[in-house]
Amino acid sequence: MRPFLRLVRRDLRLAFRQAGDSATVVMFFVLAVVLIPFGVGPEPAILARIAGGIIWVMAMFAALLSLERLFQADYEDGSLELLVLSPQPLAATVVAKCLAHWLSTGVPLILAAPLLGLVMNLEADGIGALVVALALGTPTLSLIGAVGAALTLGARRGGVLLPLLVLPLYIPVLIFGVAAVEAAISGLPMRPHLLLLGALLLAALPLCPWAAAAGLRQALE
Amino acid sequence: MTVSLHRFANPARFLKIAALVLPWASGLTVGLLGLGLYLGLVASPPDYQQGESVRIMYVHVPAAWMAMFVYSVIAVASATALIWRHPLADLVAQASSPIGACFTFLCLVTGSLWGKPMWGTWWMWDARMTSVLILFFLYLGHMSLSKAFDDPVRGAKAASVLALVGVVNLPIIKFSVDWWNTLHQPASVMRLDGPTIDGSMLTPLLLMALAFTMYYVALLILRVRAEMLDRKLRTARLAAVDAATVPAPAR
Repeated sequence: MRPFLRLVRRDLRLAFRQAGDSATVVMFFVLAVVLIPFGVGPEPAILARIAGGIIWVMAMFAALLSLERLFQADYEDGSLELLVLSPQPLAATVVAKCLAHWLSTGVPLILAAPLLGLVMNLEADGIGALVVALALGTPTLSLIGAVGAALTLGARRGGVLLPLLVLPLYIPVLIFGVAAVEAAISGLPMRPHLLLLGALLLAALPLCPWAAAAGLRQALE
Repeated sequence: MTVSLHRFANPARFLKIAALVLPWASGLTVGLLGLGLYLGLVASPPDYQQGESVRIMYVHVPAAWMAMFVYSVIAVASATALIWRHPLADLVAQASSPIGACFTFLCLVTGSLWGKPMWGTWWMWDARMTSVLILFFLYLGHMSLSKAFDDPVRGAKAASVLALVGVVNLPIIKFSVDWWNTLHQPASVMRLDGPTIDGSMLTPLLLMALAFTMYYVALLILRVRAEMLDRKLRTARLAAVDAATVPAPAR
């Protein structure tokens, strides 16, 4: 457990010392959502109707932005090889890196979401559902993204390829995340959708690190 | 089991078997396709609800089956390649994925063409269609990932892992019509209580499915063989370049 926590702390420290990374992701998120009223017109009713979906989609794009960095820096300076050689199972290393990635980009996104909900005229119930759904969904995004990041490590145009691989796999999270917000707005129970989001997270937690570890081993062969 | 599988790992043996199977597969494709199309388009009765549009189904349903079948083949081949480091399995997976992508595309297009007169819309975001669309994207991702590396071996391995990750989508496609209340109709052929469609329609449907399978087998053999020749050529060319540029040691 100690090396696991140390790795999380190291990655977090790296992320916050180059404070740019997290801040850029949140700024992209805010800016992208704020563009929507210019695109579809500032009518409150329309904005409230599409707010949940827009915020979710933009959160996914924002999470994607930082994914390429997940293993890239370690791969380039060689520390990834040391991490692979360490006695800790590689899948656990991947979980630690995903946790650090989520803490440094997922959590800021969750914190920024209520503000964007207000801007987009989302009802209070909807904002609550949005935050809970994002809290359950964004760790899954980090985990699935880690698989894509590991598989495209060292690829030509890896940055363009990554969204192509990862976005189709993000669709289930998007579907249930938006469904939770919509249910809350229309006064229906949002519990089933949140449970499904939780189920996705629980399925991704053992499977994705395993696949990502396989990808990392191939990259270093 | 593994021993018998490994016998087919030998490329020379594969080429011999392929040369035997290819004429049969091609001949059966042409014959079954002709018969299936005749029965489906001419001899079978129009549906009492769908009218003549039902004939689109003789292409749509087999294409959908093939889309999933080819992905299963890719998944099994990928697992084989990862576990037993089987070079032929990599070739099969990579040769299959453009074929599978085409079947998926055909399925989506014919479904859309049928949907317009029947449902009044080209496209509906229901679970079956969305999950098939995801399958199409998975094929595209698989194709681009396997070609994204300078080292083809690394590309093949990365694509194998991706193919295995994508397997989660297959049961979702199959059961999407049962789990969600979709616009797409539930299964009518592969049911526990037997097919619910009439024999006059079932026969051409199954003939077309068989024809599509044979077509896939023939195409797969052609593509794998071409890729093997391509690799041989590449090695020969590299050897020629080596021989030309590296002078023999003087002493």
